Amino acid sequence: MALSRLSLRSNRFLKPTPTLLRHVSTDTTPITIETAVPFESHLCDAPSRSVTTSSSEILTFFRDMARMRRMEIAADSLYKSKLIRGFCHLYDGQEALAVGMEAAITRKDAIITSYRDHCTFLGRGGELVDAFSELMGRKRGCSNGKGGSMHFYKKDACFYGGHGIVGAQIPLGCGLAFAQKYNKEEFVTFTLYGDGAANQGQLFEALNIAALWDLPAILVCENNHYGMGTATWRSAKSPAYFKRGDYVPGLKVDGMDALAVKQACKFAKEHALKNGPIILEMDTYRYHGHSMSDPGSTYRTRDEVSGVRQVRDPIERVRKLLLTHDIATEKELKDMEKEVRKEVDDAVAQAKESPVPEPSELFTNMYVKDCGVESFGADRKELKVTLP
Amino acid sequence: MASLLGRFCRKMVVPGSAHGGARLVSTTTSCESETVKSLNLYSAINQALHIALETDPRSYVFGEDVGFGGVFRCTTGLAERFGKNRVFNTPLCEQGIVGFGIGLAAMGNRAVVEIQFADYIYPAFDQIVNEAAKFRYRSGNQFNCGGLTIRAPYGAVGHGGHYHSQSPEAFFCHVPGIKVVIPRSPREAKGLLLSSIRDPNPVVFFEPKWLYRQAVEEVPEHDYMIPLSEAEVIREGNDITLVGWGAQLTVMEQACLDAEKEGISCELIDLKTLLPWDKETVEASVKKTGRLLISHEAPVTGGFGAEISATILERCFLKLEAPVSRVCGLDTPFPLVFEPFYMPTKNKASFFCSSVSSPSKTHTFSCRH
Repeated sequence: MALSRLSLRSNRFLKPTPTLLRHVSTDTTPITIETAVPFESHLCDAPSRSVTTSSSEILTFFRDMARMRRMEIAADSLYKSKLIRGFCHLYDGQEALAVGMEAAITRKDAIITSYRDHCTFLGRGGELVDAFSELMGRKRGCSNGKGGSMHFYKKDACFYGGHGIVGAQIPLGCGLAFAQKYNKEEFVTFTLYGDGAANQGQLFEALNIAALWDLPAILVCENNHYGMGTATWRSAKSPAYFKRGDYVPGLKVDGMDALAVKQACKFAKEHALKNGPIILEMDTYRYHGHSMSDPGSTYRTRDEVSGVRQVRDPIERVRKLLLTHDIATEKELKDMEKEVRKEVDDAVAQAKESPVPEPSELFTNMYVKDCGVESFGADRKELKVTLP
Repeated sequence: MASLLGRFCRKMVVPGSAHGGARLVSTTTSCESETVKSLNLYSAINQALHIALETDPRSYVFGEDVGFGGVFRCTTGLAERFGKNRVFNTPLCEQGIVGFGIGLAAMGNRAVVEIQFADYIYPAFDQIVNEAAKFRYRSGNQFNCGGLTIRAPYGAVGHGGHYHSQSPEAFFCHVPGIKVVIPRSPREAKGLLLSSIRDPNPVVFFEPKWLYRQAVEEVPEHDYMIPLSEAEVIREGNDITLVGWGAQLTVMEQACLDAEKEGISCELIDLKTLLPWDKETVEASVKKTGRLLISHEAPVTGGFGAEISATILERCFLKLEAPVSRVCGLDTPFPLVFEPFYMPTKNKASFFCSSVSSPSKTHTFSCRH
């Protein structure tokens, strides 16, 4: 079912608007491109399919997505060589979401997500070295090596991080939005969750609160069609996730199209600041299994995965766009990919150099530093916390 | 997932398997002629679930991905054998799964529900504590959900990180009205799971995921049950009593061997059921040895070891020759890169064994405090 729905979509590529072609990659002159798939809306008017962008932006999309893809592939092999431990969930296939969202918002808008968080972190401006260091539990990591794959954070870019329990980050995101509204900041919170989490009760509790108090909360359902090994149609009575907010407006977006994602997020931000919460259902796909322990081939066919790769791949789509618009040549893009590959390899090498945290770090950050957690006893098994 | 978990696991010997001391209550009459087969822990669980569904047409197995066999393969083949009306996947919603199970059980059925990892059981905590545990009591025995059994893999696997390693048993041991059971080996797992499913009370059954593939033991093929709330002395000794459960017994068994080399004779007890627990067996042992060491993976503060310690102190105060020791997880969140420091390892356990058993070392140990 999911297969047919996915592969029948979007054979048409993005249509160029004539007369606005530029040949220089740094060109920021606005150009307009129409999305291949129309938006579907619930309780609101859909935004226009004509997206304003520029040569330079599309080229940035390409580079950023290629970097994300390469990072995830490197993470895959690091996991297999046991340099990454713990649980590791990869994002490849969904990159358009991370870049499209960033193009529409600022780093003062908050993002909170689940455990599939590597690329969201990069999107927020995170460094590759910090990502790989965290993956390998090294000191240099974005959470000082204490979080691992599922727990990336970046405070200076308002990235409230990766959360381990399915759906648990959704009410948190609404709390962030409440703070933004209360402080009269003109910013919004993007709360990302998957189609699996959409069946958790916490979502509906949070939705009610957000709608009741008109919070600037944007709930982004990253519908990659599988909650672990369960296809959406097996677990959701209504797989139209953008309509499941009932009284909360929603928008269904082609999540494999970075420009459509950008358009939707821009629209959602304006909507949320004016009217309160909105749900964005991003129709996307993950190439890897749910986690590194899941080959991802037992509950879906290989044909389904390769079909999506051929027809809907977010990077290939942007590549075609760049070529048909004469923004870059095939060779330029290939060179760019080579650079990205080197960047990633260098980052991995650098991350490997970073030491693991000091053993004493085992006892830090449980309480405020000043509370002074001390360990003692023959095996340091006892902790003492001095309260102020 | 299971395959990867298994790959990094330590090699192990199942404690107590050589003694064969488990009291098996056979539900068939011809158990003497029954065959035994070498099985790992997840296969033993799988066998128990097959038997449970086979012997009671009003029993059901459900949870996230169980229709496909589950992430640890415990439910392999069940949906094919018993049909999708009795073995089925649920959406990803722990609170809903347990609540649904309570309702199903309240109508007189046996609901065997799976929470994919014990770390994910917290969204269902309210349903277990407030709904399942108190249903019989608050309705004056008109209603109950005794047919409910909640299975969840718990504990460390060597690299599970924060959310795939926790041991939450102590939270549930604070809840009168449910039973908490943890098996140590394949044979125990099969017998205890069948007892739990057939027990007329709601049971939380934690399975040591480290042992799913690593522990292999001769398991009788027939339908048998191991009584709940009966601890077992799996190794006899005179100098010190060690109490544990689940995967930790493997570590403690090795600590016993180490201590034995130093001439300390250890008695090892598998508690099996933590709530309600078999105080008498532990009491009798401590009265004989005069010393007690408790070990579990969960953090030491507020762990179930504290309860055992308090009870034994009340019952055996005058017989004790050393303070009760606890070798447990540290009081930190379950760490990612620091797992080896966090864990109550064999060396920590044997250090405590010898320090509480020999007067000179006790002195050294006290000074360190």
